[in-house]
Amino acid sequence: MSDRIIDKAAAELAADIREGRLTSVEVTTAFLDRIDAVDGTVGAFLHVDREGALAAAREADAAVAAGESVSPLAGVPIAVKDVVVTKGLPTTAASKILEGWIPPYDATIVERVKAARMPILGKTNLDEFAMGSSTEFSAYGRTANPWDTGRIPGGSGGGSAAAVAAKMAPLAIGTDTGGSIRQPSAVTGTFGAKPTYGSNSRYGVIAFSSSLDTPGPVSRNALDAALLHEVISGHDPRDSTAVDAPVPPVAEAARLGATGDLSGVTLGVVTELTAGSDAAEPGVVEAYRAGIDQLVKLGAQIREVSCPSFVHALAAYYLIAPAEASSNLARYDGVRYGLRAGDDGERGLEEVMSLTREVGFGPEVKRRILLGTYALSAGYIDRFYGQAQKVRTLVKRDFEAAFEQVDALVSPTTPFTAFKFGEHSEDLYRMYLADLYTVPANLYGGPGVSVPVGLAEGLPVGFQVMGPVMGDDIAYRVAAALESTQEPLLADTAPEIEGK
Amino acid sequence: MTRLNTYDAAMAAYEPVLGIETHIELDTNTKMFCGCSTVFGAEPNTQVCPVCLALPGALPVANKAAVEATIKIGLALNCSIAEWTRFARKNYFYPDMPKNFQTSQHEEPLCEDGFVDVVVDGESHRIEIERVHLEEDTGKTLHVGGAAGRIHGATESLVDYNRAGIPLVEIVTRPVPGTGALAPEVARAYAAELRDIVRSLGVSDVRMEQGSMRCDVNVSLNRPGEEWGTRTETKNVNSLRSVERSVRYEIRRQSALLDAGDKILQETRHFHEATGETSPGRSKEEATDYRYFPEPDLAVMEPSRAWVEELRATLPEPPRKRRERLQAAWALGDKEMQSVVNADAVELIEATIAAGSSASGAVKWWLGELSRRANESGVELDALDIAPSQVAELQGMVDDGRLNDKLARQVIDGVLSGEGGPAEVAAARGLEVVSDTGALEAAVDEAIAANPDAADKIRGGKHAAAGALIGAVMKSTKGQADAGTVRRIILDKLS
Repeated sequence: MSDRIIDKAAAELAADIREGRLTSVEVTTAFLDRIDAVDGTVGAFLHVDREGALAAAREADAAVAAGESVSPLAGVPIAVKDVVVTKGLPTTAASKILEGWIPPYDATIVERVKAARMPILGKTNLDEFAMGSSTEFSAYGRTANPWDTGRIPGGSGGGSAAAVAAKMAPLAIGTDTGGSIRQPSAVTGTFGAKPTYGSNSRYGVIAFSSSLDTPGPVSRNALDAALLHEVISGHDPRDSTAVDAPVPPVAEAARLGATGDLSGVTLGVVTELTAGSDAAEPGVVEAYRAGIDQLVKLGAQIREVSCPSFVHALAAYYLIAPAEASSNLARYDGVRYGLRAGDDGERGLEEVMSLTREVGFGPEVKRRILLGTYALSAGYIDRFYGQAQKVRTLVKRDFEAAFEQVDALVSPTTPFTAFKFGEHSEDLYRMYLADLYTVPANLYGGPGVSVPVGLAEGLPVGFQVMGPVMGDDIAYRVAAALESTQEPLLADTAPEIEGK
Repeated sequence: MTRLNTYDAAMAAYEPVLGIETHIELDTNTKMFCGCSTVFGAEPNTQVCPVCLALPGALPVANKAAVEATIKIGLALNCSIAEWTRFARKNYFYPDMPKNFQTSQHEEPLCEDGFVDVVVDGESHRIEIERVHLEEDTGKTLHVGGAAGRIHGATESLVDYNRAGIPLVEIVTRPVPGTGALAPEVARAYAAELRDIVRSLGVSDVRMEQGSMRCDVNVSLNRPGEEWGTRTETKNVNSLRSVERSVRYEIRRQSALLDAGDKILQETRHFHEATGETSPGRSKEEATDYRYFPEPDLAVMEPSRAWVEELRATLPEPPRKRRERLQAAWALGDKEMQSVVNADAVELIEATIAAGSSASGAVKWWLGELSRRANESGVELDALDIAPSQVAELQGMVDDGRLNDKLARQVIDGVLSGEGGPAEVAAARGLEVVSDTGALEAAVDEAIAANPDAADKIRGGKHAAAGALIGAVMKSTKGQADAGTVRRIILDKLS
């Protein structure tokens, strides 16, 4: 369509930089200028680091010029969800309680991004502490969906997805606890991957729910995501829950998938995530079925599998995640960093701690802390947290049984396309349903990716592929194959954002 | 004013049940969940990092050396070691606890079901150990501007996180009934035995006065044949003596309340060294719900049986067996041996004997003169600037007649003030016993001439009067005569 830098995918930009057709400074400048031009409309970024990004770009250019062996994404700039800790750059988790906090250290995945010589453009908006499905719960304002600025960009990682969708960044880092990478990707027409739990270090990822949180890539296509996945993935001794195993060859799998051959691959359609699911909008179901047809044409075998426990997954998730969050968020007390409220020399310590939390946390965070505290309370823990853990075990068993029959499972990513701002603010259950199809993979721990599968009434629809634990490669392969049958949404179809 | 019964009156009507929770700081090089140093006494907040400050995003990694030390403690306390164990979060808000939860263990402790036998007045008591688990310490809060560091009236509260995250082992007994009037002594003996066991393992310095071992002492009373009573928990008792005194006090206090028909409040209490009293802490009426749940940031631990057996093979001789062996070898009575133990002198005496001293000489110096010096300077015995080999050397000089006790004490002065070893000090200060009999006889003659009355008494058979003459001789020889020799010469001359 054009030779504009911002229209190019990350792999292409990386090749241009490596082979001297572009410099990282040119590329980084183009995205920074794009942010200047349109982020007033979109609101994807909470903090832009022009100077830092350009300094890193110059270093990347120097490394390329010196003939150093550089990573496959060297010089390509990236946006980072503001729940990931960046040394010297404000990190807020979109919460007032961390206003003004400048981290003294980098998350492991940020260290790896820097080591790969990828300039960090800035930090992107999210629902406060990654709790939400619309980014409306950010304490720092809304992020618009580039496809329709009156609609939400998904959540919690709406900022990262919108930044990629609006071509303000070729790549972004998100985190996925119940769907926070995949659902925003689905509703913004981007590609998003939740890797196998533990395969990407959580060290420096501000915890929401420790046993579920998984950082991963957001991109324009499967190959770009896979390349970023390989940059940030791998064992980290600082994360006890990290998997100590080789990173699955996801970039190779994405390239293999792009050849459009799925012969010999068996895909499972999960009965409980599709048939009789009145939660899904007709347009979403239609696009999803068209996607299945495409996969069949590429040679995939389709088999229906039943995962009976999946119908309880969302309920279990809404006990486990808040329970862990209620404990993880206890550290925000105004004593050591961030906001401190009411420290007037009159109030006592505990009063100041309490007031800080009262003022510092938004309504959704408070709701989940209360819910989680309740779920862990004496007399209730067995009925709530305990039962939820049992469901989690059953979900794992369902996945394991399914993967004895099929190579990967497929479903829509989310039941509905981007909704309007405020549409579900009064009906949180409806909002929580956004995670209906994504939550099972989090409870299980296996990978799930969302790939665009066309439009419904002009809005993007996502198609989810789930693989077995450490089988991220099969998910990328299937997603890349489906992608090869689709119009590249962002290149050709996306409406051009106008700057304010 | 708190009413108290006499101890005897209390014991005539009630039976006590004890329970002791002990926290021991391990002396690993690094903290429980991060790489920060654990050295005591550093500048505040210099031994901290994102993990132990609970910065957003930081994650714990368990310290293997601490796990190993805890397994050793469990084995030494006759516990079984879990094949599958994990950490749990104990959730409550406290300003010096960075995460506002303590990473501890709940339903799956590392070690369970052990026992310790202690002997009090020749009677053996078995203290059953319910569990031994691993957790982390909190920081320390200092309240500035108020009276005596209390939060009340303070203008500022300062927190030092150097201690936050130091590995702590918690050892919990089962309830201990049946000790009767010996309860205070049994409690003390248990704490002492536990301290000795842990020290013998070399995993903690177990210094109660520095807080590296602290006891929470639970006491309840019931009338014979009735159900156990409501217990109180006296927190952070920090000496063996205080353990004993706090039990005694609680028995006296609780029995007076029960006599008056009052109820015992289940509460935590504080012990006051100065008065020997306890006072109420936080009431447990609003029972804290800690909302324990498995720590999702840490992996489950499965100590292999091979590893456990490897650790078991490294366990030293149990302190009690060792004490029995040494007591026999040193030919000490029970009381004397108890004094040695109480003075923390077992190792020192053993080393002194190994360096060639007689057992009685070694015991005499360490329990006598050297204990006194340590007390005077307020240091532990083993912190004195004198090595067991030097004590052995000193005793050797006494045995050879080159020093008498008085001179030996002066030699100790010299050694303690860094003037060198005993032989060097004796030489430098000119502190050898005068063994030249000619010189001594002249001194004795002089003394007889100067004290005719005393001399007459001795001639008259009153040998006790020799003391005055010996004193005169010692004075004129500046103490460098051997008193026995002088006495012999005097008696030879006058009888």
